[in-house]
Amino acid sequence: MTVQTQVQRSQNVGGMLARLFRDQPLIPLSVLLVVLMATFATVNPEADFRGYLATTMRTAIPLALLAGCQTLAMLTGGIDLSVAATASMAGFVAASLYTGPDTLWIAIVVALGLAALVGVINGIGIGVFRVHPLIMTLGMGLVILGAANAWQLLTVRTRSGVPPELRWLGSATEFGFLPVSLLVFIPIAVVVIIGLRRSGYGRLLYAVGDNPIAARLSGVKAWQVLIVLYAISAVLAAIAGFLVSGLTNVASVTLVNPRLLPSVAAAVIGGTSIFGGRGGFSGAIMGALILVVADSLLSSLGFAEAVRQILFGSIIVVVAAFYSRLTTES
Amino acid sequence: MTAADASVADVRRPFVGYLSDVIRRQAWLGGLIGLVAVLLIFTKVIQPTYDAQGIQFLAVSVLPLALAAIAQTIVVIAGGIDLSVAAMMAFTSVVAATQMLGRSDEFSVAVVVAVLVLGLLLGAINGILVVATRVADIIVTLAMSFVWAGCALYLAQAPVRSPRPWLQDLVNGAVVIEWIPKAFIVLAVTVVLVWIPLRWSRFGLAMYAVGSNKLAAFRSGVSVGRTKILAYTLAGLLAAIGGLALTAIKGQGDPLPGGFTLASVAAAVLGGVSLAGGRGGVVGPLLAVVILSLIQTDMTFLRLNSNLATVAQGVILIAVVMLGSLTQLRRRP
Repeated sequence: MTVQTQVQRSQNVGGMLARLFRDQPLIPLSVLLVVLMATFATVNPEADFRGYLATTMRTAIPLALLAGCQTLAMLTGGIDLSVAATASMAGFVAASLYTGPDTLWIAIVVALGLAALVGVINGIGIGVFRVHPLIMTLGMGLVILGAANAWQLLTVRTRSGVPPELRWLGSATEFGFLPVSLLVFIPIAVVVIIGLRRSGYGRLLYAVGDNPIAARLSGVKAWQVLIVLYAISAVLAAIAGFLVSGLTNVASVTLVNPRLLPSVAAAVIGGTSIFGGRGGFSGAIMGALILVVADSLLSSLGFAEAVRQILFGSIIVVVAAFYSRLTTES
Repeated sequence: MTAADASVADVRRPFVGYLSDVIRRQAWLGGLIGLVAVLLIFTKVIQPTYDAQGIQFLAVSVLPLALAAIAQTIVVIAGGIDLSVAAMMAFTSVVAATQMLGRSDEFSVAVVVAVLVLGLLLGAINGILVVATRVADIIVTLAMSFVWAGCALYLAQAPVRSPRPWLQDLVNGAVVIEWIPKAFIVLAVTVVLVWIPLRWSRFGLAMYAVGSNKLAAFRSGVSVGRTKILAYTLAGLLAAIGGLALTAIKGQGDPLPGGFTLASVAAAVLGGVSLAGGRGGVVGPLLAVVILSLIQTDMTFLRLNSNLATVAQGVILIAVVMLGSLTQLRRRP
């Protein structure tokens, strides 16, 4: 009798935790983040914690933007593998067109415009011609890389490095712990999070991903939704590219490539399902923060790059397995 | 009624009808073969000195990607995708290079066998994780690509030079006449030993069944989990052969994975393998690998900017898949 009630109670507690994790993934993710950061602070008691916060945020913000691209695409059951190429291209184009402070706006606008064009082409391929998103964005990634390389050869003599404004935006810190890139990131995050939850377009993204046939029968034109989606994704990627080139003070056509697969991982850790219809941007932000913090923790513990990669991969599998357990039980 | 009539007509159809049926069904393959022929002729026209040497070079340069493409094809047919192919190749290549370093030739033969077993093991771990965690294939194999690349990096931080003359002799050069490169023989032997038994076995059928409709396969008594695990295991084996090919060709093991993963997906899709699973074979992807390589060669011969080759690959990939999905759309009632 008592054993039974105990079992029931523990099941209730387990069920409650499971429900909490499923419905409010942000709470357990925040706990995980705080635990990781606290571990870092205990392991490195003499480290400058404000500086650590600033570095973490500066590194996580571009990754969070890229993870946002993946989240939006994954909500509709797609994926965007062209974000790294788009981001690198945008950073590179901005740097190559920049000749002085008065040309900054031209450089930025041209880079954003090119990115939006890439996104629209992605969207047309996926939405109108029904090309698999993986293949479409992979192919576009190759096209962008090749074109950007060709552009690089043409402009190699006139290039003048990363614009100082972007360097400031990507790498400067105010008050010791607030990175300037928050100026860009916070408005974007607010618009995307509220847009996904409240706007009609946000609902359409979930609808198309959750049940494309039901969405079509309800009169949703999926191709329009997809074109806008991939255009937004490409513009977000371009902004991430500006920040990365500012952060690293490098403008190269392959600069953002190492962040492509982590951006998918961050979206998955944030609770977005690759099958569509479930997830959100706030989770992706947490996912990006957790990845960055875990990486810095592992390296501060003296793990070699090799061991870090192994642990990194294992963490992704474990977290994703945890999510799928929770969601398939319901 | 009409369906029954059609099937009767099918049975009675004479040889010519059968032939046209085969042609219709293999149109994709035919197109690829035609493209290879056109590209070879084009190469000969723009570069009259292109001869057996060129073919041998082509064979050696496509070998690793071709093996990766077979691995990817098997997994994709079974309804999955393996993003850890390149990392497994890097890992097995580094294991081979480090273990053969300074050992006798007899020992290095044992290393080759051990590396093949290691490949089976890596693939099996991928497959078991995909099945056991019920996480999307793309996520699990993406995460495992970090793990295997990390393992490679753990063994060696930089490329390990460890040339083995007998291993290099296995892929370089030609047999019988100079027009039959050894690398093509290696590929053919792999296909004959791995793919053909697979295609005609119960398991091969189960693989196509699971890939085209998991639920229907399950209800017909196919063990979905076991089939998937076996598909990933075979992909691991092929990745290991690819890793050995890398070690043999370059005479070293590089811990950094090359761009084989996404290239193998592209080759599989170009070769007529549906990413939705259940459709395709290995011949198409192998031809696609040759086509992609020939395009690059021709661009070099034409002294075009090599970046244009990258653009061309992307455009071809998108255009071909678009063509495929358009014909598919039209076929739908």
